[in-house]
Amino acid sequence: MKVALLVNGAVREVDVEPRKTLLDTLREDLSLTGAHAGCEHGVCGACTVLVDGAPVRSCLMFAVQADGLDITTIEGLASAPGELSVLQDSFCETHGLQCGFCTPGMILASHALLEANPAPTRADIAEAISGNICRCTGYGQIVEAVELAAERLRLANAPRAAAGGRP
Amino acid sequence: MKPAEFAYVRPASVAEACAVLASNPDARVVAGGQTLVPMLAMRLARPSILVDILRLPELAGIAEEPGTLVIGATTRQVEAERSSLVASRLPLLAAALPWVGHPPTRNRGTVGGSLANADPSAEIPLVAVALEAEIVTEDEGGRFAMPADDFFIGPMLTAAPEAGLLTQVRFPVWSEPCVGVGFHEVSARRSDFAFVSAAAQVALDPDGRCTRIALGIGGVGDRPVRLDVAGLVGTRVEGDRVAQAVEAAAAVLEPTSDLHASAAYRRRVAILLGARAIGDAVADAQEKGAGR
Amino acid sequence: MSAEAARFRFVSANRRVREDRRFVAGHGRYVADIALEGMLHVAILGAQHPAARILSIDPSAALAMPGVHYVLTGEELAGATDQLMNGLDTPNVRRFPLALGQTRYAGEWVAAVVADTRALAEDACEKVKVSYERLPYLTQAEEALDPSSPPVHPAHGSNVLLDKQFVWGEVDRHFAESPRQLSFRVTWGRNSTVPIETFGVVASWDPWSEMLDVWASIQMPKYPDQIARALRIPANNVRVHHDVDVGGSYGVKRGIKHTVLAAHLARRLGRPVRLLEDRLENMRGGDAHGPERIFDVDVAFDDAGIVRSMKMRALDNAGAYAGRAPFQLGKPIGAIVGPYKIESVAYRAQSVTTNKAVQEAVRGFGQSPTNYAIETALDKVGLACGLDRIEVRRRNFIRKEEFPYLIPSGTRYDSGDYHTVVDKVLAHVDYPALVAERDRLRAEGMLAGIGIAACLEPSGGNSAFEPLLNEKNETTTWMESVRINVDGTGCVAVTIHTTSSGQGHETLAATVVAEVLEIDPDLIRIVRPDSLACLPSNTPVGSRMAIMMGGACFHAAQKLKAKLLRIGAHRLGLAPEAARYQGGSVGAVSGGQALDWAALVNIAHRNFHLLPPDTEPGLESTHVMQVPTGTSLPKDGRVQMYPCHSFEFHLVLVALDPVLGKPEIRRYVIGHDCGTVINPHIVKGMTLGGIAHGLGAALLEEFVYDEEGQMLTQSFMDYLLPSSHEMPKVEIVHHCTPSPFTVFGQKGSGESGYLGAPAAISGALNDAVAEFGISFDKLPIRISAISDAVAAARVRSSEETTS
Repeated sequence: MKVALLVNGAVREVDVEPRKTLLDTLREDLSLTGAHAGCEHGVCGACTVLVDGAPVRSCLMFAVQADGLDITTIEGLASAPGELSVLQDSFCETHGLQCGFCTPGMILASHALLEANPAPTRADIAEAISGNICRCTGYGQIVEAVELAAERLRLANAPRAAAGGRP
Repeated sequence: MKPAEFAYVRPASVAEACAVLASNPDARVVAGGQTLVPMLAMRLARPSILVDILRLPELAGIAEEPGTLVIGATTRQVEAERSSLVASRLPLLAAALPWVGHPPTRNRGTVGGSLANADPSAEIPLVAVALEAEIVTEDEGGRFAMPADDFFIGPMLTAAPEAGLLTQVRFPVWSEPCVGVGFHEVSARRSDFAFVSAAAQVALDPDGRCTRIALGIGGVGDRPVRLDVAGLVGTRVEGDRVAQAVEAAAAVLEPTSDLHASAAYRRRVAILLGARAIGDAVADAQEKGAGR
Repeated sequence: MSAEAARFRFVSANRRVREDRRFVAGHGRYVADIALEGMLHVAILGAQHPAARILSIDPSAALAMPGVHYVLTGEELAGATDQLMNGLDTPNVRRFPLALGQTRYAGEWVAAVVADTRALAEDACEKVKVSYERLPYLTQAEEALDPSSPPVHPAHGSNVLLDKQFVWGEVDRHFAESPRQLSFRVTWGRNSTVPIETFGVVASWDPWSEMLDVWASIQMPKYPDQIARALRIPANNVRVHHDVDVGGSYGVKRGIKHTVLAAHLARRLGRPVRLLEDRLENMRGGDAHGPERIFDVDVAFDDAGIVRSMKMRALDNAGAYAGRAPFQLGKPIGAIVGPYKIESVAYRAQSVTTNKAVQEAVRGFGQSPTNYAIETALDKVGLACGLDRIEVRRRNFIRKEEFPYLIPSGTRYDSGDYHTVVDKVLAHVDYPALVAERDRLRAEGMLAGIGIAACLEPSGGNSAFEPLLNEKNETTTWMESVRINVDGTGCVAVTIHTTSSGQGHETLAATVVAEVLEIDPDLIRIVRPDSLACLPSNTPVGSRMAIMMGGACFHAAQKLKAKLLRIGAHRLGLAPEAARYQGGSVGAVSGGQALDWAALVNIAHRNFHLLPPDTEPGLESTHVMQVPTGTSLPKDGRVQMYPCHSFEFHLVLVALDPVLGKPEIRRYVIGHDCGTVINPHIVKGMTLGGIAHGLGAALLEEFVYDEEGQMLTQSFMDYLLPSSHEMPKVEIVHHCTPSPFTVFGQKGSGESGYLGAPAAISGALNDAVAEFGISFDKLPIRISAISDAVAAARVRSSEETTS
């Protein structure tokens, strides 16, 4: 079936079998390999992408179901090659990852959280990433990364007067 | 883990969906797909055709009718979770929704999908049974409404018509001025299917006496169960009386054992969480009463 | 730490981990991202039965499907390849990638289907008809000891792979002389590290150059050699590509059977072949389960709680094939007394075959289960003597001044200061306040308990357990190598010779080389050549890379620095001892003129006439590092196992509702001493991740088989991995006791956290239910089991009261 996806801001047309998941379509037909297959039954979250801004499991969605929808993958998060978003940079700062396999999903889930909630509590962060399993880190430095990014984004967005005399 | 081949259609109306279902005996309806797709991936389900109803406008949305809150089948769980109508009219559902899967599965998963899937430990069916919601289905023969208690037959088994689909769920809204709710659940991990879940809703009169009570238990047997604790009506719903009432009512439960929890555990915890849910519901109602 | 850090420029500094950039951008390069022109896809048909004779395999219907290229059976593969290596000398426990004649566990690979896409291959798998004749089977280790149990490998003669008794010291006398003794059994459930990336391999054969190219998510020593041996081709016809990021391993990513199968198919079909396990294949037939072990322990001690001797019998259920599983009973011999001064030990190591999936190396290589048994013993001794469980440990700890300390089994511990680490942790948590908090929770009607674990992480791994358990194996080195090249423009490239699975080896290598050469680590390029261009490596196993790769980097950089010094001194007309190297320049010790980096590089690369006599041009150095203490074969059942011993002290407060039984970790503190830390971010991550993994082992994770020999926990809906909800915030208290055996004083940390967390959490739950006179003796401890045990104990006590 022919399907048109809006991926990272560009319309991408693919011809896929109905049984092909959005995950496999992104990886195989569009060479966007940042989303990963971990369990292919919707538990681990390594395949997370944003659909209309909300994190979903791309292994639990067929590409034909995504026809016309707005999809953001990890490749679409930074402004340019070699650049990182504040959140991505914060993951580097706290070393919120090790092997990197769950990381794109973890970052997209956290990105959606920060879009909706600029000042999340630790519990908010834990809930937002609870559907993303990380086997390396024990989550501690991931939570720190999201906290750090939230703080940086708040400061960046704050009006000058509210920044408290920072240089 | 790739699904077996299937064809895919996205009908433009419920009528068209029903027609496709009628002419393809092994067709399956898909909406959010959060439970069906894993079954497809493991090839435990292998329909010849998937009928995608997610974008049918007539199935989406939350609307209020006199005494009833109507939730369209394809309403995303996240929309219900954020709905102010649900929060004010169906606080029990609002309390249960954060326990449904994870945020990403709630972003895709639908209210109707959870009902149609009929997992015995799922939260939305539990609330539907506890509150005696009505489930509306449709096939080429027309619309049917039936009580949730009749709709759920067993694990993953419902009374929905073979060639039909679930179109909406109609929750009665309690009109008493002072209604409180309580929801409890236990599972190995916070987001897993419940070993036991308990949903309670209580209405109190100005003197703090119970005028109406509903209690549902999920995860214990092959489907969610409404327990008869009507003996608490007319009382203050406090002290040992609550646990005794729940324990007596729990006699009807038929708990099962599995890898994760024994039958004895499920019975014991059902009684505990049932009583706690009622306790929380009473406290919630009292708080609301005090705030009025 | 700060004093330590001051000694170094980059080592111990809070510098970023260089690998992270590509991963956060989604630009890691995992095996599933590698797509070759014309690549075909494999799906696996697994056995239905735990034991069955394969009567016939009929692939015709599958082969008739469009897009299907091949169906491979065990018979063909066994004819074309040699059997996979066994660790022990058990030649009749033959293992091939596909079952040969007989299946030995449910899920064992029976046939492989090759097709244009993975989905097609799965479609065709369903059409392969296999007829079986069912055979008797067994799943329990104790049953396997019975000589009349159905043999998993009839040719081997029994189900016993290993039954070796060690006695180190005067165990009988110490038991006879000790006023007190106790015995218990604990069981470690079958679990594993279960990385989120399954195992995958891509193989491609070029008949014109006779070259097998392999890309794999591999963490395995001597992988190219094993591939070549199995395929009966020269090892220099195998090229393993190391520029593949591995999506987690923690020991288990050792898909030799996958690789041999894919490589055979690539040669047979003349097309690149990819085999990516899906999750169901991974869990059921990926041969990556971990130890499943019963411990029977006796300890002899006195009234003061001093443990003098221990007898431990460890019975491990290896599953259907031997592999390296029995060695996981051998490695813990190097820390068999934990951090304690136990004078003598009798240890019986038993490994048996059953009709379950095969084990692979799991983080700690058997140490975490052993630590669980040792720590349970210490808890019980404390309880028996009426001693605080921390006090009983303090009394038995090896003291700081006693290092290096020789334990009965022949290993010399390098260094440690256990008492100080414990003191720091207790001060950090305010231990009396923690006890008061536990008691307050109890007064509220909760169950609450404090758990304690003090244990070691042997690190710097060599393979001394191999010759110890297999006399035919005379391996005494487990080297690691590094090469440094400075090009004609002065840029530095360091080659490392392995894949990585999140351990940050690129950061490690850059940090160490930069430290020695006093240059900016961010300007150093790290390269991973393919295996044909590699120097010897034994890959990141046995918590060894900080010690071994770090050590190799150090020595290679020292050699390079020495050469720069010679060049500079010669050019300046100085005696070498009159010159000094500083920040990339060479000048006179007394000051004055100096040659900078560019000038030195220029001489090395362009001015042979300016080089000292007998000096090779160019700027390159290599170092192949031997494990610091691993030099000799075992003698009389004693061996120096690993060189270094990190220490961790866990303190946990757990609370739970007695009816719900669901443990909630209210406080988790770990004191950690891995000597000099090279990168604090990496060590912290390892420790937290290890604790999460240990929490899973303690409470959630188990590969469960039913009585029919079928695995019940094949999906992530039943095999439960800890999520962010289950992991508490962990507080780390650092201490640094440098190792005298390593270049910076560093020790290993890749297994940290995991080695003590199961023991600590189990101890906390046992403390919580101690009032009922019960304890849990099997991991994982499921919440239903807790509630059921408490309910049963309450019934018993109410019956006693009424009777």
